[in-house]
Amino acid sequence: MRKLSRALFSVAIATGIGISTSVVSEQAQAGWAPKKPVEFVIMAGKGGGADRLARFIQGIIEKNKLSPKPFVPMNKGGGSGGEALQYLKAKKGDNHIIMATLNSYYTTPIRQPGLGVDIGTFTPIARMAEDTFQLWVHADTNINSVDDYVKAVKKAGKKWKMGGTGKGAEDSLVTAMLEKKFGFKVTYVPYKGGGKVAKELIGKHINSTVNNPSEQVGFWDAGKSRPLASFTPKGKLKGKWGKIPTFEELGHGKNMVYYMQRSVVAPGGMSDDARDFYTSVFEKVYRSDDWQNYLVKKGLIPGWLTGDKLQKYFLAERAKHKKLLGK
Amino acid sequence: MEIIGHLLDGFLISFEPLNLGLVIFGAAVGLFIGAMPGLGSVNGVAILLPMTFLVPPTSAVIFLGAIYYGAMYGGAISSIMLGIPGASTAVATTFDGRPMAMSGKADKALVAAAAASFVGGTISVVLFTAFAPPLAEVALAFGPPEEFALMMLAFATFIGLGGDDIPKTLFSIMIGLVLSAVGLDIVSGEPRLIFLDLPGFMHGVNFLVLAIGIYGIGEMLWTVELSKGKVMISQATVTVRRVLDTLKELLGTWKTMFMGSFLGYFVGILPAAGATPGSLMAYGVAKTAAKDPESYGKGNINGVVAPEAANNAASTGSMLPMLTLGIPGSPTTAILLGGMVIWGLEPGPLLFVEHTEFVWGLIASLYSANLFSLLINIAFIPAFIWVLKLPFTVLAPVIFILCVIGGYVPTMDMHDVWLMFVFGVVGYLMRKLDYPLAPAVLAIVLGPLAERSLRQSLIGSQGDVLTFFERPISGTILIVAILLFVLPAIKLFRTRVTTDGGRS
Amino acid sequence: MRKAELSMAIIMALFSIYLMWKSTELPIGWIPEEGPGGGAFSFWLSAGMLVCCIAMIVRWARRISPPSQSEEPFMDRETFSIFLTVAGSLAVMIALIHLIGVYFSVPLFMLFYMRYLGQHSWTLILPLVVATPIVTFLFFEMALKKTLPKGFTEPLFYPIYDLIY
Repeated sequence: MRKLSRALFSVAIATGIGISTSVVSEQAQAGWAPKKPVEFVIMAGKGGGADRLARFIQGIIEKNKLSPKPFVPMNKGGGSGGEALQYLKAKKGDNHIIMATLNSYYTTPIRQPGLGVDIGTFTPIARMAEDTFQLWVHADTNINSVDDYVKAVKKAGKKWKMGGTGKGAEDSLVTAMLEKKFGFKVTYVPYKGGGKVAKELIGKHINSTVNNPSEQVGFWDAGKSRPLASFTPKGKLKGKWGKIPTFEELGHGKNMVYYMQRSVVAPGGMSDDARDFYTSVFEKVYRSDDWQNYLVKKGLIPGWLTGDKLQKYFLAERAKHKKLLGK
Repeated sequence: MEIIGHLLDGFLISFEPLNLGLVIFGAAVGLFIGAMPGLGSVNGVAILLPMTFLVPPTSAVIFLGAIYYGAMYGGAISSIMLGIPGASTAVATTFDGRPMAMSGKADKALVAAAAASFVGGTISVVLFTAFAPPLAEVALAFGPPEEFALMMLAFATFIGLGGDDIPKTLFSIMIGLVLSAVGLDIVSGEPRLIFLDLPGFMHGVNFLVLAIGIYGIGEMLWTVELSKGKVMISQATVTVRRVLDTLKELLGTWKTMFMGSFLGYFVGILPAAGATPGSLMAYGVAKTAAKDPESYGKGNINGVVAPEAANNAASTGSMLPMLTLGIPGSPTTAILLGGMVIWGLEPGPLLFVEHTEFVWGLIASLYSANLFSLLINIAFIPAFIWVLKLPFTVLAPVIFILCVIGGYVPTMDMHDVWLMFVFGVVGYLMRKLDYPLAPAVLAIVLGPLAERSLRQSLIGSQGDVLTFFERPISGTILIVAILLFVLPAIKLFRTRVTTDGGRS
Repeated sequence: MRKAELSMAIIMALFSIYLMWKSTELPIGWIPEEGPGGGAFSFWLSAGMLVCCIAMIVRWARRISPPSQSEEPFMDRETFSIFLTVAGSLAVMIALIHLIGVYFSVPLFMLFYMRYLGQHSWTLILPLVVATPIVTFLFFEMALKKTLPKGFTEPLFYPIYDLIY
C-alpha cells in the first residue's frame, strides 16, 4: 500500500498536480530569487558530454530544491556554440538566463570573429570542474605505453587515424599538441560527439582517441580500451584515474596538459543580487555528495572558482587558446 | 535458459504495483505528448527526467521507457489525423495514413497503426531479449562507410515516392539536402549557409520546422482553399464492428508487419540511424514488393502498417547501442542515457553483467509498455474521431496554433516559427504546381547523416573512393542500393522502348 | 497557371544561384586526401537544383508538365482573398507573439478566425477562446516546463509562477 501511494504521489508530481508540495522551502531567505523559470542555456547539442553534465546539474538542483523556480535546459549548440553566445549577448541585463559552457566558450569567438562576442562582458558565475583528457587505444593492440604509441604512429604515418570532435575543437587541439611534441602527422577524422568517437575506437574504425574519461570509462571497465597517458599535471587525478601515468611523469615535460572547463556564466549586466543567488545555488550543487562522487567517478578535477577569479581565468584561457589556434 | 529466468525476474519487477502504475501513466502521457505536432518522445523524456528522482532507478527507467513507447504510438496519431508528422519517425505514416483519414477511414488507419506498432514492438523486444549481446557487435562493425552505404540504401528505397514529374522530384530531394547542410560543417568546424547572417540559421534547419511548415501550415492552407472557408465536416465514424473488421483486414498484412518489424529493428540498432530511416525503408520496401504499388500513397493500409511496425521496432532497437555501448541511437535515447548517468548506472558492455536487474526490468517493462500503449491508444480512438468531426473553421485555428507552438518549442526560437511560416506558404504554392514535397522532408532528415559519413569515410581512407567497396558490409549494402537505383531506370527504359517501338 | 509555373521555376532558379554563391564561402572542390570540401555538398546540389529548374522551364516551353498545359488561373479572386486572409492573419499572430506573447495573440487569432471566417456563434467561440490559452499554459508551462514567449505581458505571469512551482 505504501508503494502504491508512493506511485500515486510521484505521478501527481509528474503531472504537476502536486503543486504545493514542492514550493519554496529553504529558499525563503532574504535576497533575490527568480520570478520565473530560469533558462539554462547549454552551449552544445542534445546528448553530448556538456549536455549530459548540464542536465545532471539541473537534476541536482531539482532533487534538492535549490531554486524556487525550475531551471529549464535549452540546447543552443548551433555554430559550435556561436548561437548560444550571441543569444547571451542579446540578453544583456536579463536576470533569468544562465549558460553552461565548455571550451568553445573561448575558442568559438576566436575562430568566428564575425560573431562580435566578447566573453569579457559576460557575468561569471561558477567553475564546477575541469574535465581531463587521456590518450586511448583499443585493448587488442599491443601498444602499452606512449613510447609504443609513438613508434606505431610513426610507422603508420598518415594511415594512422585519430578520431575526435570537429576541427578546431578540443580534441583537435590535443591532437595537435601530440603531433608537435612527437613530430608525427596523423589523419584526424572528425565525428559529431565524444561518445561517437569512443564507439568508433572500439569498433576499430579509428586507431586512437583523446576522449574524456566519462566517454571511455564504460569500455575501459569492460577491458575494451586502454588509456596510455593523461593530459594532466601529476597527482591531480584520484582513484583509478590517478593510476594512469601523466605525460609529465613519463618525462615529456610539463606542457602536455589540457583541460575542458565546465563552468556556468550569465549575460553581462546581470544584477549583483541575481549573480549572488546563482552563485550560491551552484555552490550548493558543487558541495553536494552527488557532484563530488561524480567528479571522482568520471575523472574530473574539482576546481571551484567564482567571481573575479573566474573571469581572470577565462581571459587567461582565451589568451592561451589564441596562441593554440594560431590567431 | 538463463535469459528466460532473467526475463521472468524482470517481469516480476515490472509488475510491482509502483512500476505497473508508472508504465500505464507513462504510456498515457507519452501518447499525448507524441500526438502533439512538434513534441515527440524526446520532449517527454527530457522534461520528465528530473522528476524521476522520486523513485528508484529501475522504476524511473521503466517510466521513461513507457513514455518513449507511448510517444511512438502517439506520433502516428497526428500523422493520420492532421497529416502533420509529430516526429521524423512518423513521416512515412502520413503517406497513406492521411489519405485514409481524408476518405473517412481514420479509425481504420489508427487501429492499423496501433496494431502494427504493437507487432513491431513485440517482435523487436523478442529479438532484443534473444540477441542483444551479439547484435551489439554488429552495431560496432558499422563505421562511416557502412553508415554511408545504409543512407544510400534508404535513398534508393524511397526513390519511387516522388511524383511523375522527374525534374520537380529531383529538385525537391536536392533542396531538402541543401537545407540539411545549413548550420555547421562539422568536418571543418566552420559555419555555413547562414542566410542573411541570421543567428537562427546556426542551429540549422530543423526537420520539424520544414515538416510542420509543409504538412501543417501548407496542408491547412490547401484545405482552406478546398473548403473555401466554408464549414466542412470530415466523414468519420468508429464502431466496435469496424474495429474488428479492421483487425481482420490486418491479418492479411502480416507479411508487411513482419518485414517492417525486422527491418526496423535492424536499422534501429545501428547507432547513427535510429527509427526514421527504418520506417522509410520499410515503406519503400513494402511499396516496391507490392503487387499494386500504385495504390500506395492513396490510402493503402499496408502503407500505414509498414512504417509503424518499423518505427516501433527501431525504437526498441535503438536501446541496444545505448545500453551495450553507451552510444545513443536517437536524441531520445541520448536523454535516457543522461538519466542513467544521473542514477549512477554506467551504460556500456558491463551493464548487462553488473546491473542485470535493471536491464531485464527495463526489457520486461518494454513488453508491458507496449501492451498498455496499444490498449490506451485504442481506447482513445473515439475521442480522436470526435475531434475530426468538429467544423473545419473551429479545427483550423486550433491546428494553426498547434503548429506555431510546435514550431517554437523544440528550439525555443521565434526564428524557427517564421521559417516554418515561410516554408508553409511556399510549400503550398509549390504544391499547387505539382511539386512533390515529401522527398524534401525525407532528404532533410537523411542529408546530414549521408554527408557526414561520406566525408568521414573519405578522410579515413585519404580520399580513396574505393573504400566503400573494399569493406564487405558497406560493399554489399552499396551494391544493393545501386541495384535499387538502377532497376526502375531499366524498367522505365524498357517500357519506353516498347511503347516507342509500338508507335513507329 | 502557366505564368505561375514559369515564375516559380525562375524564382527557384535564382534561389539555386544564391545557394551556389553562398556555398562558395567554404571550399567546394575536392581536397586531396580528404574528399569534398565543406561547401561542395551544398554547391553541387544547388547546381543540380538549377539544372532541374532549367529542365522545368524547358518543359514549360514545350508544354509537357500538367501545370504548363492548364489554362486555369493559378488562383481565382476568391481563393486568393481567402489565402491572403488566412496566411495574413497567421503572420499577424506570429508577429504579435513578439509583442504581446502567445497567451494574448492566440485568443485574438481564434476570435478572428472563428468569427470572421467561420461565423460561429459567440456561445461556441467564447469558451474556446478562453479555454485554449489556459489549456496551453497548463500543458506547456506547468506539465512540460516549456516557457512560451510572453512579450511585455510577462510580469502578469509572475504571480502564477509563484503559485504553480
